[in-house]
Amino acid sequence: MAYMIKAEDCTGCGSCEFECPNRAVRMKGDIYVINPDKCTECVGKFDAPQCVAACPNDAVVHA
Amino acid sequence: MEQKVVSLESLGRTSAARSGPPACAIGDCGTPRKGGSAELPEHVREKIKEHPCYSEDAHHFFARIHVAVAPACNIQCNYCNRKYDCSNESRPGVVSERLSPEQAVRKVKAVAAAMPNLSVVGIAGPGDALADHRRTFETFRLLRETLPDLTLCLSTNGLALPDHIDDIRAAGVDHVTVTLNAVDPHVAEGIYAWIFWDHARRTGLEAARILIERQLQGIEMLTAAGVLVKINSVMIPGVNDGHLEAVNVAVKERGAFLHNVMPLISDPAHGTHYGLTGQRGPTPAELKTLQDRMGDGAKLMKHCRQCRADAVGLLGEDKSQQFGLDALPENPQIDPEKRAAYRAIVEKEREDRRKEAADARAAIRRFGPLEPMLVAVSSKGGGRVNQHFGHAREFQIFEVSEAGARFTGHRRVDRYCAGGEGEDDVLDATLMALDGVGAILTAKIGRCPRQRLADAGIAVVDDFAFDYVETAIARWLAARAAEEDTARIA
Repeated sequence: MAYMIKAEDCTGCGSCEFECPNRAVRMKGDIYVINPDKCTECVGKFDAPQCVAACPNDAVVHA
Repeated sequence: MEQKVVSLESLGRTSAARSGPPACAIGDCGTPRKGGSAELPEHVREKIKEHPCYSEDAHHFFARIHVAVAPACNIQCNYCNRKYDCSNESRPGVVSERLSPEQAVRKVKAVAAAMPNLSVVGIAGPGDALADHRRTFETFRLLRETLPDLTLCLSTNGLALPDHIDDIRAAGVDHVTVTLNAVDPHVAEGIYAWIFWDHARRTGLEAARILIERQLQGIEMLTAAGVLVKINSVMIPGVNDGHLEAVNVAVKERGAFLHNVMPLISDPAHGTHYGLTGQRGPTPAELKTLQDRMGDGAKLMKHCRQCRADAVGLLGEDKSQQFGLDALPENPQIDPEKRAAYRAIVEKEREDRRKEAADARAAIRRFGPLEPMLVAVSSKGGGRVNQHFGHAREFQIFEVSEAGARFTGHRRVDRYCAGGEGEDDVLDATLMALDGVGAILTAKIGRCPRQRLADAGIAVVDDFAFDYVETAIARWLAARAAEEDTARIA
């Protein structure tokens, strides 16, 4: 259970990193990546996965 | 790295021959008597006097730098797309490289060392300065420690603003710009695709309502806290153009001291929603008509250049490409004496300019009734006619009438002269950009463009090079009146 960031659609803005409640997002080179071990899809915390809702470029998808 | 200041040499130069009584200088550039800066309270004037974006007068002398430390954004505007960056583009939301707070400070130090006229550091994106606020306030904290004489400012869409009033005050930021395009949710609904707020993406009327409520609340809180608030509004024909007067009233009520109405920049190549759907921006005439109608509200700002989120230099010039991270010196040395000397020269220069204007403010009336006319000026700073026509990338536009010379905005053009050769197709575009302009004041102009402009019915004036703009206009009017008199006698 995890999300991933499509590299080609990531603009590196970091909105996902800022919103992630699990600190599962980190910068790698110019873009951001999600650590699947830490990603809980925000279940139990929020109605929507925060990275998906915050991404301006719809770059976050189901892994 | 080029040592670029508002050319100190140009500040000292005036046109060679000045015989006879001084011609009248008219009005203060950009400070119309109605709602002019003369009416601003002293403490406000003191705060903005070295801020190029807040003071029309200061923008001739002082430079700013935007540090692009804030890429994240919490809303999606239909006029914005930050995915594509082109170094030749100049528009909000565009940057060439993003900076960490530490890199930002390195860059500011390098620019301050190269430009003693640097007075302001702003954080204006490329996203929203208050979305990922950690980077913004860390940058301000480091800057305060390193370069305490710089003025700090930030730009925001206002969504997160009410949560950060204390942070803003603690950081020593006393200028904040809020982009407010509508106060009616039904209008705003057409401008924003979504907002991310309280852990959810929201759209439509709900998003519009929340955004406006937060923006207005934030503005009220800021002004109550004594922070200077400027409002930016993007004029979008058919969407909010008929509504911006209501916005003007609303922000004035809440204590904003300056309102900047900017034209929508829309191009399919930018990949924005508006660009892709063919939403057009306003013409210069439409913008001016709206600004004239709004004359009674919060003071209108007209010298905005809608700069990049990593802009460097005077407004209207952009040196950001010279200050890439790779090009920064290891240990830039900032010379406080040089900075103080520049401020002293500018202080004197401004006093001089004010005096010239005051000397003969009434003299314009000597010319009797004057049909309002637009005059274009090529200037590279200092409020003087000091740029060659062929080097201009923009013209400052003044409306001249019996009430004086009033700065009304600028029009961008491509540089006509490239490597000593004039470009004919550029001239065609320039003529279009100068639509409605009756005369052009320039430091120097070649024979060919002079003829083309004259053929288009534009009077070309290069007799008053290096004069203050107002003085040059007045002297030209006097010369023209004298010529007419001579013609009449003959």
